[in-house]
Amino acid sequence: MTQTKAKQKTVSRRDFLGNAAKGACGVGLISLALGAAVREAEGKLPADAIRPPGALAEKDFLSACVRCGLCVRDCPYDTLDLADLGTETVTGTPYFNARKIPCEMCEDIPCVVACPTGALDKSLTNIDDARMGIAVLVDHENCLNFNGLRCDVCYRVCPLIDEAITLERSANERTGKHAVFIPTVHGDKCTGCGKCEQACVLPDTAIRVLPERLARGKLGEHYRLGWEEKRKLGKSLIEGQHIIDLPDRGYSAPAQTDTGGYKGFKP
Amino acid sequence: MSMKHPGTSAIETKGLWGAYKWLILRRLSQAFFLALFLVGPISGYWLVKGTLASSLTLDVLPLTDPFIFLQSLLAGHVMETSAIIGVLILSAAYFIVGGRVYCSWVCPVNVVSDSASWLRRRLGWKKTGIKLPRQSALWVMAGVFVTSFVSATLVWEFFNPVTILHRSIVFGAFTTVAFIAGVMFLIELIGGDRIWCSRLCPVGAFYGLIGKVSLVKISAKNRKACNDCMDCYAVCPEAHVISPALKGEKDQNGPVILSGDCTNCARCLDVCSEHVFEFSLRTKNTMDDVRPFEGDADKDSTKAA
Repeated sequence: MTQTKAKQKTVSRRDFLGNAAKGACGVGLISLALGAAVREAEGKLPADAIRPPGALAEKDFLSACVRCGLCVRDCPYDTLDLADLGTETVTGTPYFNARKIPCEMCEDIPCVVACPTGALDKSLTNIDDARMGIAVLVDHENCLNFNGLRCDVCYRVCPLIDEAITLERSANERTGKHAVFIPTVHGDKCTGCGKCEQACVLPDTAIRVLPERLARGKLGEHYRLGWEEKRKLGKSLIEGQHIIDLPDRGYSAPAQTDTGGYKGFKP
Repeated sequence: MSMKHPGTSAIETKGLWGAYKWLILRRLSQAFFLALFLVGPISGYWLVKGTLASSLTLDVLPLTDPFIFLQSLLAGHVMETSAIIGVLILSAAYFIVGGRVYCSWVCPVNVVSDSASWLRRRLGWKKTGIKLPRQSALWVMAGVFVTSFVSATLVWEFFNPVTILHRSIVFGAFTTVAFIAGVMFLIELIGGDRIWCSRLCPVGAFYGLIGKVSLVKISAKNRKACNDCMDCYAVCPEAHVISPALKGEKDQNGPVILSGDCTNCARCLDVCSEHVFEFSLRTKNTMDDVRPFEGDADKDSTKAA
C-alpha cells in the first residue's frame, strides 16, 4: 500500500517569525476595531426597555444571552419581543415595553424555563421575587391621585396590591379639608411587571417602570436610621448616656387630644 | 469551459440534472433548514423553536451554536446544561458531515454570497476587489475571542449577519432581512471575491477548524481523468483547496481535499464532465484510493508502482 506523503515544506525562522508577527498584528487590529464598535453598539439599555424576569444584570446578560428568542416564543402574552436592528436595545435581545404589554407574572415563569443559556436565571422560581425594574410615580403634577382625585388605577391593578403599591393618606392642602391618597411604590416588593404603567389612565403615563439604576438612590453605608436601630436594640441607643436635651425655645406644643393626636391638625 | 460559463461541458455530457444536482440539493437543504424554523411561526405547530444561535426541536432536542458558546465562555458565562448538550450534539454532527457544511448547506447568507459570486463571474469581475490573505478570517475569529474575553460580552453577535438575517426571517422583521441581504450582496459583489464568506466571516473560520478534522470529505478520486478544463476552480468558493488533491499525483498526495476551508458544497462534482470528484471519507486518502485511469494502460501501470 502506498502511503501518501505530504510535501515537507521547510519554513525558515524568518518566515515563521514574520508570519507570527503578521498574524498578531492582524488579530490586534481587528480586536481594536471590534472592541471600539462593540462599545459603540452596546450603549445602555433604554429606560423604557425592560428585560424579562430573572435577567442577569445588563453586563452579565450580554455575555450570556445568545439572542435565540426562545423566551419570546414561550411568553404566552406576547409581552416579550426581540430588539430589531437599528433600535437602541442591543440587536436580538429580548425586552418588553410595559406601556404596550406588561409582564403578566406567570407563576411558572415560562420565559425563564425556556432560556437555554442562563441569561434568565433559573434560580428565580417565585415570580414575586423578580426584579425587572421598579415602578416610579414620575409625574406628581399630572397624577390624578396627587390632584386629590381617587383614580387609584395603578394601585388597583398591581398584582401585589397593598404590598408593592400602597395608598398613603395625607392632607389635601388645596381644599384644606380633604385627603389625598398618594400611590406609593415599595422597592422591596415591586417586581417591575409594569401593569401600573400600562393601566395609567393619562394619555402619557405618570407612573413608569425604570431600571433600578435610574429608579433608586442609595443610603450611605455609614448611615444609621435612629429609629431602626432603636427598634433592633429594643431601647434607645443614647439612653443613660447623659445626653443633654436642650429646652425648645419659641415653640409650644399644641394641646393634645384624648387619642394622642394634636388639636387643630386637619388631616 | 470558460470562466464565465463554467459547467457547459458538464451539461453536455451529464445533462441539466447531472450538472446541477448538488447545487439543487444544496438549495433545497438551505430552504429545508429555514422552513424548519418557519413552521412554528406560520402554523403554530412548534417543530423547531428559536434560531440558529440556539434552538429547541420538538421540545426535546436542544441545539446551540458552538462558536457563540465559546464567546460566551470567554466572556465569563457558563451556559446551562441544555445549551452545553446542544453544543456537543452540533459539534459532533459537523465533525461527521464536515465543518463548513454549515456554510454551504445551512447558512442563509450563502445564498446571497453565491448570487453575488455568480454575478461577478458573469460580469467578468472575478479578479476585481480587495484581496485579503487566506488566514484573515481566522484573525477575525481570534479577534472576536480576544474582545469577547476583554469586554465580557458576545462580541460577534452585535454584527453577525448570519444570525441577524436568520433571526429577522424567523421573527418576521422583513426590513432588516432586506437590509442585511442587500448589504451582504454588495459586500460580496463589490468588495471582492467571496470576501465575506471566505475571508472575513469568523463563523466560517470556526467551522473551518472543525473541518480540519471532520470525516466526510470530497475526494478527487478520479483525478487521472481530469482534462484541465478548470471549471471546478471557477465555481469553487475556496479554489485553493482543490490543487493539493487534484494535482497531488506528483507529490504523492492522496486524493482527498483535506483543507478545512472546503465547504463540501459539491459544486465541483456538478461542473466536472469527467466525474473526477465524489464524496468520500478523510480516511480514504492513500494513493490506492485514486482510481486508475480507464482507457490509458500506461498511466494505470505507473500508479500501481
